[in-house]
Amino acid sequence: MRAICGQCQPLPRADVRRIHDPMNTTADKADRVRAFMEALPHCKALGLEMTEIGEGRAVMQMPYNPALVGDPATGVIAGGAVSALMDSCGGAAVMCHPKALASTATLDLRIDYMRGATPGQVITARAVCHHITRSVAFVRAEAFDEDPTAPVAVANGAFTVEMPS
Amino acid sequence: MKRPEPIQIVKQRRDAALAALIEGVPYIQFMGIGFERRGDELTGIMHYDDKLIGNMMLPALHGGATAAFLEVTATITLSWAMMWDDLERGDLQDLTPETLPRLPKTIDFTVDYLRAGLPRDAYARARINRKGRRYASVHVEGWQDNRERLYAQATGHFLMPTRPTAGNG
Repeated sequence: MRAICGQCQPLPRADVRRIHDPMNTTADKADRVRAFMEALPHCKALGLEMTEIGEGRAVMQMPYNPALVGDPATGVIAGGAVSALMDSCGGAAVMCHPKALASTATLDLRIDYMRGATPGQVITARAVCHHITRSVAFVRAEAFDEDPTAPVAVANGAFTVEMPS
Repeated sequence: MKRPEPIQIVKQRRDAALAALIEGVPYIQFMGIGFERRGDELTGIMHYDDKLIGNMMLPALHGGATAAFLEVTATITLSWAMMWDDLERGDLQDLTPETLPRLPKTIDFTVDYLRAGLPRDAYARARINRKGRRYASVHVEGWQDNRERLYAQATGHFLMPTRPTAGNG
């Protein structure tokens, strides 16, 4: 198995089968993805919460936390924390894609930082897995603070896809 | 010729400036990141903690934690390079978080994940490929047990802070 660097733990085989059972509902798979994304220690440390999850789409929120400030002069959240939010959200979007097996890992992630998030505001990331092959999933993501008109950051990533065995 | 300063004075000044730079940023403390210095060369260390895990089965470090570690190393290395000449001239005395120069801002950052981050300490060193008055380009390498086997690398562009004492430099 290739190296897994990202955020998603593989499910036990029985769960993987259940997720890919066509008789199973999408909502059931979404619930599972949500449950184990929120259980990951680093996601918990950042206080990440999944607010929406659907086929190849995910929305995650990170509450403002003074411990995550990267620029003490302004109180703006560190770029690294926004990266972790976008990476988690991108991974979740891949995992809940109908063609993906449960496990994924980040191969590459590029983030453009447009502006500092306003101190005190929740940061919301929206990720879409817009293309998937048997080996690679391509993801776009945007992060907003409470101003929905201009993103704080945008990201593009490539994630691994586990081959059905 | 001026006599060189005693080594303890030089070391004390450099270490105090580096400590002020690191301690001023809450997120660096949150992530458990520290820096070791050899002359002007910095090595970032992300001390292992269970809260950095992003894959419980392997287990492996969260890709986001690795991205953050590399970005912090790039930002601090760039700030340190910016401060170095003033520091060596003795222009920067008694630095506190309030009197420190502003940090560079990340414009973009691209992380290349090469292998799983193991549940132990990680190290990183940044190389400044270009540092102009306004923009800088920085490459960072991250490794764990073996310096030759990188577990992640990254490249980023940064906007340099405007220097308040332009006439001084």
